[in-house]
Amino acid sequence: MTSNNKDKQTIVEYIQNWSRKHSLFVMAYGTGCGAIEIPATMTSRYDAERFGIRGAATPRQADVLLITGYLATKTLKRVIRVYEQMQDPKYVIGFGSCTINGGMYYDSYNTINALDRYIPVDVYINGCMPRPEAVISGFVQLQKQIAEGTANNAAKYKENLEWYRANQKKIIKNWRMPDYNW
Amino acid sequence: MEDLGIKIIGALLTVILAFTVGMTYGGIVRKLTARVQNRRGPVIWQNFLDLLKLQSKKTNIAHGFMGHMAPVWIIISAGTVLMFIPILNGNLWFPNLTFHGDLIFLLYMMVFGSLGMALGAGQTGNPNSAIGVTRGLSQMVGFEIPFVLALVALMVQYKTTSIQDIMDIQAQTGTWMMFANPFAFLAALFASLGMFRYSPFDIVGAPAELASGPVSEFGGKYLGTMMSGGSIFAFIKLTLYVDLFMGGAGFGTGILATIMGLGILLLKTFSLYMVPVFYGWISPRYRTEQAIRYFWGWPTALGVIAVIWAIF
Ligand code: SF4
Repeated sequence: MTSNNKDKQTIVEYIQNWSRKHSLFVMAYGTGCGAIEIPATMTSRYDAERFGIRGAATPRQADVLLITGYLATKTLKRVIRVYEQMQDPKYVIGFGSCTINGGMYYDSYNTINALDRYIPVDVYINGCMPRPEAVISGFVQLQKQIAEGTANNAAKYKENLEWYRANQKKIIKNWRMPDYNW
Repeated sequence: MEDLGIKIIGALLTVILAFTVGMTYGGIVRKLTARVQNRRGPVIWQNFLDLLKLQSKKTNIAHGFMGHMAPVWIIISAGTVLMFIPILNGNLWFPNLTFHGDLIFLLYMMVFGSLGMALGAGQTGNPNSAIGVTRGLSQMVGFEIPFVLALVALMVQYKTTSIQDIMDIQAQTGTWMMFANPFAFLAALFASLGMFRYSPFDIVGAPAELASGPVSEFGGKYLGTMMSGGSIFAFIKLTLYVDLFMGGAGFGTGILATIMGLGILLLKTFSLYMVPVFYGWISPRYRTEQAIRYFWGWPTALGVIAVIWAIF
């Protein structure tokens, strides 16, 4: 996406983005082993809540979808459903090498390799597994993008829906998904 | 005519006050909870940021008519109930539509918001919502009994069903109700634990268990509106308790008197608010039947003692 619409924000957009930046409800989809770092990030030692980051239990309330690690082909279907149930603007953070290129499961028969072929990813956090410092730095990166108004991947998903759907259907053979009005 | 103008401005001011105080208290509790857990925690105005974010969501999903109505219902009933609560005693700025019997009226109106929520949550069709609603209604059956017993004790003791009268009696005798009928106060205090839904009684929202219960299908502006309504309701309950048991607040209509009255009100409501919060920090969550058994145990017994105390 274009990164230089920073100065094109109106004052309302600026305020909206500022509030979005400081209030991130996170839907932590604990797919892989990396999920074990999330409790450490949220609790007293690293305390992500001081950035306004807070857990959300349902996709309807969430702003950020956190994919923590390898994604089994079976889980992908649920992840797509969760992503599509989230309300705009929504962001995705890919967490760990497994979401970037498959990591140590690169040749596994039942995991996907690159997450951003199936849903658009705003920020990747590398490492196997990333420490809480890295997770927080990923969130700060996302906050920066939100403040600049460049984190609009949800729109990109809608624009390129056919490409994403084709990729998704390649993995999910029995495609029986409800239609969403988003 | 001028009188009406003042009343309308006063009503708006009251809603703004209740909203601001309720939201800020929520933020303070989040901060304090974080400090208790040895965290730095969010900023005190975090709830306002959350609300602003929720209101600036671009898409908002609704699940039909009641789904639309539920947040509206909550905020309207919050506003209505607020108009019947004397915020400051003898202050003309805050509308106080008190009448004889308003205590009974309030008992009915206060559950109106939860009812709207129940209907709205029912229409979303989410099983978590349905479980949350049944839990919420069961819990309400639990804590309403000691609460009503406490209020009945007050009504019997002073032969009045008007909040204003009870405040006046306290002002005249110089004794707060919490000392004049301590059992009623204790029963009501126990009931407030369930009303505020902090920890042992957070069985309705039940994070990590019910996926936030009744609101699990509400996001964006719907959730934001519900949050505002909930904050106003928190202020309402606190002010009602202060009015009934702690002598209310307020000295007169002058500017200085109003500011002082508000200061006293905030002090009293905040200290009252800390009771469920403190209790929440040290208790794990109850199951539904444990919660009901809790309320039907000592709190109800205290309520019965309060009524007997009031009669004799
Ligand atoms: S990146 Fe490493 S830690 Fe994370 S899910 Fe993959 S194998 Fe596990």
